[in-house]
Amino acid sequence: MQEFLQYFFSGITNGAIYAVIAVGFSMLYNSTELINFAHGEFVMLGALGLVTFWSVFKLPLPIAFILTVICVSGAGLLFERFAIRTVSKPQPIVLVIITVGASIFLRGIAMSVWGKDAKGLPPFSDHSPLEIAKATLLPQSLWILGISFLAVFGLYLFYQKTLTGKAMQACAINRRAAWLTGIPYQKMISLAFLMSTGMGAVAGIIIAPITLCSYDMGTMLGLKGFCAAMLGGLGSLWGALLGGFLLGILEAMGTGFFYSGLKDAIAFILLLLILYIRPGGILGAKDAKRF
Amino acid sequence: MSARKSNMVWGLAALMMISGLLFSSTGHAAETYKIGGIFSVTGASSFLGDPEKKSLEMVIEDINAKGGIDGRKLEAVIYDTEDDPTKSVMHVNKLISKDQVVAIIGPSTTPTTLAIIPSIEKEKVPLISCAAGNAITNPIKPYVFKTAQSDILAAACVYGFMKKQNIQKVGILTVANAFGESGKEQLLKQAEKFGIQVVQSESFGDKDTDMTAQLTKLRKAEPQAIICWGTNPGPAVIAKNVKQLNLNIPLYQSHGVASPKFIELAGDAAEGIYLPTGKPLVANLLPDSDPQKKVLMEYIKSYDAKYKIPVSGFGGYAYDAMQILAKALVGTNGDKQKIRDNLEKITGHVGVSGTFNFSKDDHEGLSPDAFVMVQIKNKTWELAK
Repeated sequence: MQEFLQYFFSGITNGAIYAVIAVGFSMLYNSTELINFAHGEFVMLGALGLVTFWSVFKLPLPIAFILTVICVSGAGLLFERFAIRTVSKPQPIVLVIITVGASIFLRGIAMSVWGKDAKGLPPFSDHSPLEIAKATLLPQSLWILGISFLAVFGLYLFYQKTLTGKAMQACAINRRAAWLTGIPYQKMISLAFLMSTGMGAVAGIIIAPITLCSYDMGTMLGLKGFCAAMLGGLGSLWGALLGGFLLGILEAMGTGFFYSGLKDAIAFILLLLILYIRPGGILGAKDAKRF
Repeated sequence: MSARKSNMVWGLAALMMISGLLFSSTGHAAETYKIGGIFSVTGASSFLGDPEKKSLEMVIEDINAKGGIDGRKLEAVIYDTEDDPTKSVMHVNKLISKDQVVAIIGPSTTPTTLAIIPSIEKEKVPLISCAAGNAITNPIKPYVFKTAQSDILAAACVYGFMKKQNIQKVGILTVANAFGESGKEQLLKQAEKFGIQVVQSESFGDKDTDMTAQLTKLRKAEPQAIICWGTNPGPAVIAKNVKQLNLNIPLYQSHGVASPKFIELAGDAAEGIYLPTGKPLVANLLPDSDPQKKVLMEYIKSYDAKYKIPVSGFGGYAYDAMQILAKALVGTNGDKQKIRDNLEKITGHVGVSGTFNFSKDDHEGLSPDAFVMVQIKNKTWELAK
């Protein structure tokens, strides 16, 4: 029981991070039908941005948090404006390859700005680990869970309660019809990039204290996030959340009850199975392209 | 007649000029020995490759200042593998066919070294690797040598120390790449010899962010110590996780993290960790009776003077490799076969990483005394007793 609980804690911590990354993938796909393979790099920028603002400039944590998100989503906006929008024939394959190129570019930039070495950060709060039924739960895990739920819930409110959010949904459902009703389509795409990369930054920020931040940390995280988004159903907000947690927990259980060498294999086999049985993902219905 | 004569004079002059050109050009080409260097100067293993590159350049400068080898200067051609096996192979092929080097030093890691061995063996160019993996020189490949202490010696050093501490049951946690697999193999193979039982063996990915699941599983098997075998940053995350889980089991790390960077990354979680390391890291703590002390102090002094940054300990692999190669180059006129033969004959070479005794059956040349066990205390190293 103690072991099971410990695996579960480990799983939900990683799962929450995968979920936030998956949400970023998912919402961008929803608005633009684009898979941004540079998304993992924005996660990395979030983590390294926090290193700079919090541990180098010594700003208070909330300010460093907000500044990092602003800077990274600003970078996302620039990325959309100069790399995506300027493409003359925006076929999906061309755009996907551009995002792959952007990820290599961002990694190179990060390497020259932050150097090649990994960097560590202290946890957000100094509390000692909690003991629940002899399993330990890190305070940082609670931060991760809290912030990721807050972020996803905030996004849900944005889509349900604000005019802009509804306009964005309209664009997702039918681009042309939305345009005809006077919704500025281009602005909505920019906004989607801004928010998606902002979510990436949040994921990077909350993960920074439990792991080590380096310029090449984003690729694997991006891949796992993509996996989670596919698992839950690409384009679905709750699906992304579910996919993230499912992936995290299964990885931890796989490590605990099978063999740690098979950890990644278990996750990817599961993905294959789900794609085979339900190609749209667990929560992804065929026609419902909305949150 | 006179016209013919003058023609002949012109002809002779032309001949002399051509032959002069030929001679001077061959003479010029023979002036330098080109030494290839491939290191992970950037990428995840830059902590290995960067000091190695600097050390190699330092030794070559030093040898050239003393007049070179057999009157010929050395010239380094260095490429960055970026820790990528594919790029390593590309660079090795370039070194061999385009740069025409007489020998190659590097790469920095076991996966990159294993990737280039087929090219090395095919082209018959002597290679002195700076990586530690046992698979590099076992089985023996005629043209492949190495200077980094292998996992066999590191594992023997750790187990020898554990035996003195009366530890009989260990859990091992290794990184899922060539370094970790090779370490795991040695740990499992040698355990019995030291009367130690491996009760649980787990692995982790080198980009993983959290290893509490593996550690929980290890805890269940109730080992008296945990041995983690990997290179940064994974082992630093594990050190943190061990503290977070309140494991209260001594943690041993491998020589793969024996650098100040590990202490910096793991922070307070590094306190009390045991690990085997080459002697450069603790040179000033060594007793004067240690044969390596003099060589070490000299290396550290010149490295400090040239680069103004502290020695990392890994640069020594390239330092030794170049010193050994310099010995082997003498009298070969750049003949690769002869260099290889000479390398096999080098014995009693006191280097930074240990005393090298190469032979036909040993292309590693070191013995377990190349390692010492250290413990991290107050953010620095202490010789473990």
